[in-house]
Amino acid sequence: MTDLLLRPAHELAGLLATREIRAGELVRALLDRIESLDPRVRAYLTVDGDGALEQAREADRRLAGGEGPGPLCGVPVAIKDNICTAGLRTTCGSRILEHWVPPYDATVVARLRQAGAVIIGKTNLDEFAMGSSTENSAFGPSRNPWDLERVPGGSSGGSAAAVAAGLAPLALGSDTGGSVRQPAAFCGIVGLKPTYGRVSRYGLVAFASSLDQIGPMTGTVADCALLLEAIAGFDPRDSTSVDVAAGGFRAALDGRVKGLRVGLPRSYFAEDFGDEVSRAVLGASRLLAGMGVEVEVTDLPHTPYALDAYYIIAPAEASSNLARYDGIRYGHRAEEPQGLADLYGRTRARGFGPEVKRRIMLGTYALSSGYYEAYYLKAQQVRTLVKGDFDAAWRKFDVLLTPTSPVTAFRLGERTEDPLAMYLADVCTIPVNLAGLPAISVPAGFDAAGLPIGLQVIGRPFDEATVLKVAHAFERATGYHLRRPPLALAAAARAGGAGSAPAGGGPAGRGPGTGEGGR
Amino acid sequence: MKPAETPARTDYEAVIGLEVHVELRTESKMFCSCSARFGADPNSQVCPVCLGLPGSLPVINRRAVEFGIRAGLALHCEIAPETRFDRKNYFYPDLPKGYQISQYQHPLGRGGGLQVPVDGRVLRVGIRRLHLEEDTGKSIHGGVPGLVTTDPRYSLVDFNRSGVPLMEIVSEPDLRTPAEAVAYLRELRTVLLYTGISDVRMEEGSMRVDVNVSVRPRGQAELGALVEIKNLNSFRSVERALAFDIDRQVELIAGGEPVPRETRHYDEERQITFSSRGKEEAHDYRYFPDPDLVAVTISRDWVAEVARNLPELPDARRRRYAEGFGLPAADVEVLVASPALAAFFDATVAGYPNPRTVANWVLGDLMRLLNAEGLDPAESPLPPEHLASLLKLLDQGTISGRQAKEVLEESFRTGKAPAEVVRARDMVQITDPGQLAPVVDRVVAEHPEVVEQIRGGKQQAMGFLVGQVMKRTRGQANPQVVNRLLREKILN
Repeated sequence: MTDLLLRPAHELAGLLATREIRAGELVRALLDRIESLDPRVRAYLTVDGDGALEQAREADRRLAGGEGPGPLCGVPVAIKDNICTAGLRTTCGSRILEHWVPPYDATVVARLRQAGAVIIGKTNLDEFAMGSSTENSAFGPSRNPWDLERVPGGSSGGSAAAVAAGLAPLALGSDTGGSVRQPAAFCGIVGLKPTYGRVSRYGLVAFASSLDQIGPMTGTVADCALLLEAIAGFDPRDSTSVDVAAGGFRAALDGRVKGLRVGLPRSYFAEDFGDEVSRAVLGASRLLAGMGVEVEVTDLPHTPYALDAYYIIAPAEASSNLARYDGIRYGHRAEEPQGLADLYGRTRARGFGPEVKRRIMLGTYALSSGYYEAYYLKAQQVRTLVKGDFDAAWRKFDVLLTPTSPVTAFRLGERTEDPLAMYLADVCTIPVNLAGLPAISVPAGFDAAGLPIGLQVIGRPFDEATVLKVAHAFERATGYHLRRPPLALAAAARAGGAGSAPAGGGPAGRGPGTGEGGR
Repeated sequence: MKPAETPARTDYEAVIGLEVHVELRTESKMFCSCSARFGADPNSQVCPVCLGLPGSLPVINRRAVEFGIRAGLALHCEIAPETRFDRKNYFYPDLPKGYQISQYQHPLGRGGGLQVPVDGRVLRVGIRRLHLEEDTGKSIHGGVPGLVTTDPRYSLVDFNRSGVPLMEIVSEPDLRTPAEAVAYLRELRTVLLYTGISDVRMEEGSMRVDVNVSVRPRGQAELGALVEIKNLNSFRSVERALAFDIDRQVELIAGGEPVPRETRHYDEERQITFSSRGKEEAHDYRYFPDPDLVAVTISRDWVAEVARNLPELPDARRRRYAEGFGLPAADVEVLVASPALAAFFDATVAGYPNPRTVANWVLGDLMRLLNAEGLDPAESPLPPEHLASLLKLLDQGTISGRQAKEVLEESFRTGKAPAEVVRARDMVQITDPGQLAPVVDRVVAEHPEVVEQIRGGKQQAMGFLVGQVMKRTRGQANPQVVNRLLREKILN
């Protein structure tokens, strides 16, 4: 038997349900692992050890009692620290909320508790989810478990690193421009951004309200479907959540991909598909073609403008959403203020980091009288065109395949001096948020440096089922998800887990059969 | 303050528009389920949404939208088939999100109007727009005794009001004098009172008025510089502030000085307006559509249903009373101004179809009793049916007018039906001449000098003798019968 903490969550749920393991021992083992490994990975901002053990005891009671323990009963989940947890501090990676303890649970957290999950702690992120590396966290960056000198991606880098390192079987992230998918790709795990409106945003601290969506970050596609089922669905507290049937995601993982039509949008790839990432995705498409999927190259002509539109709309909304952090009611407040303007000025100058300030300035400018039409309104028009591209694509295709990120994990500090280079990290994921579509990142091999590459599968609105189906078929055919960072395997070995490596794991090379993703 | 007849004054014309904020009387707040009730302990009616806590989201109160439609229809506005909410961004401690959810681009109602009675004529005042928004919290500055701190360096905020539904009604600049402005406010207040959507109490802040006023030489088409006046707490303040500021602007213009475009505040005690220059002028609210809310579709059916349930409005009621019932203008105005009083009146007329008599009783004795107890007509312990039956007893001659007043008082006090009071107090009128004749005989015998005066032609003296008979019968005698008996006895 492999190390418990490296096993998929759906297996753990099964072992808990059949009482082969106890939630208490699982949570204790996980807390030990976090204690030994997280000082190097730094995935967590807050670990709720006592709370998790108490929840585990309750889960064991529910499991022993047998009356509707819930599909995740006893399974630990890590929560990105911009999602409210009652009684557990929620910092958003910002000084301004360093000591803020929400009095309420986000709807997704309430649903997880309902499903029996154990909230283990809160994970690191770029401040207010603004960034692609977690380097914008006020509390220091998280590390990529595959290479501690590299970033885990962002903004949900803490959640991605935790799952990859075996520090959480399941995690929640939030995705405004790629913040679930890009770190999932960098860390070699699965990350899904659901359709806008699929998952309630109530209790997600807003960055850009029209783009934000909470999504599952997991080791496998099956776990992703499991976690999505737990959190998805209409919420009367979120006016933008949509009242459509949400469920049956696990049932969609049936491998029946034959006859599906898949598009490869040219503008998401490097020139001539010449780089490692493009080749890996192309390889993935060939593998799927071998499974009876029809693959065709296509065009989404407005994609090149998406990034620009995003960097108007997201900061504009952020500038308004972040106005509430004024030092009046909660959070950091400047000492000895000399009047109201001074209180506001110094509170926000000290409370926010440089990237957050940059975006507040950008957004404030874009919404200002005289510029609104030229920037905000124009950006919304571009957004409509970007969405129109996808609408047209859905007439021909069931899903689109692209790289999740044009590059693999970069080194810490490599891009911090150049905000634009950092913004480009999200070029493949941003159009999906603008159009409100579901998209998953699933491991698609490794580059020459041994760093994970992510394949993005984009689907029709509310068609997470097909997205998951394709991702699952690909995962099963390749087995990349079975490879874990050496540091996680070593920790498991040290912990004396009965086995060392997960079954089927092994050196790179079990590629998609085309040889292109591998080394 | 200068007299309005200053020569300079008549050469100029003021152009006035009003922005009226009205708190809606919904059970819950605009975007959360907290109670919207006024007067609870500070910060006892709050939740993550109306406190603007991180992660919270607003949900539109459908009832508030319905109230908005109701008001819009009553003000003859065009109701938008689709309405949206925008964010108005600014910083203030009583604004917990750093923005107010309001309506900017797509207000609920546009293009309405109100017929305003002013000095015997009717002035049509256009309504430019009507929209919904959320109220802010309430700032309390300085050391107020009884609160958590009395340290004057602290300001306190009560968020009970935060998120209470507000409706803003913006008039066209169709008003020319302070009196017209007040007449418009009165009529607007009455219409809103009729629709039942608000208490419209200026003293509790459920109705708030900002005025926009500019002055131009008479005959000039172009408008002068706009001055906004805030902090007006009563109709009287509106009138005085306008009068003051119009004079101020006239003097500036007449003296060849420009009127600065600015916001001014009214100082109630000194009865002047003063400039509140500074930040407010520089405001750029950076309006944009609130991405947390979706557009509200207002179907024709919904509008029609609200219209069906709209009560009779002041204008129609005024016509019915004046033209249908022939009531005097003064009575019409008093009745129409209070929907509860008018409803009492109508209900009484339904049981006793003589509107002029009913109006006399309602506006006379009943009002006196209500005022003495400080009661609203809707709270009258005497229901309209009782007043109607009292008036019938009077008509039938069962009781006298004087008895009727006594019965009214007792019915009002005890809630008993008039017929019951009459029975209990053995108050039935004596009309039998056989019963009254001995009393008449005695009174005539006791006052020979008065009898002589009457015989000498002094008819007025008869009243004294009637009074004596009434006194001896404790008011139960029918005065007409007594009069006839006395006349027969003395003059035959």
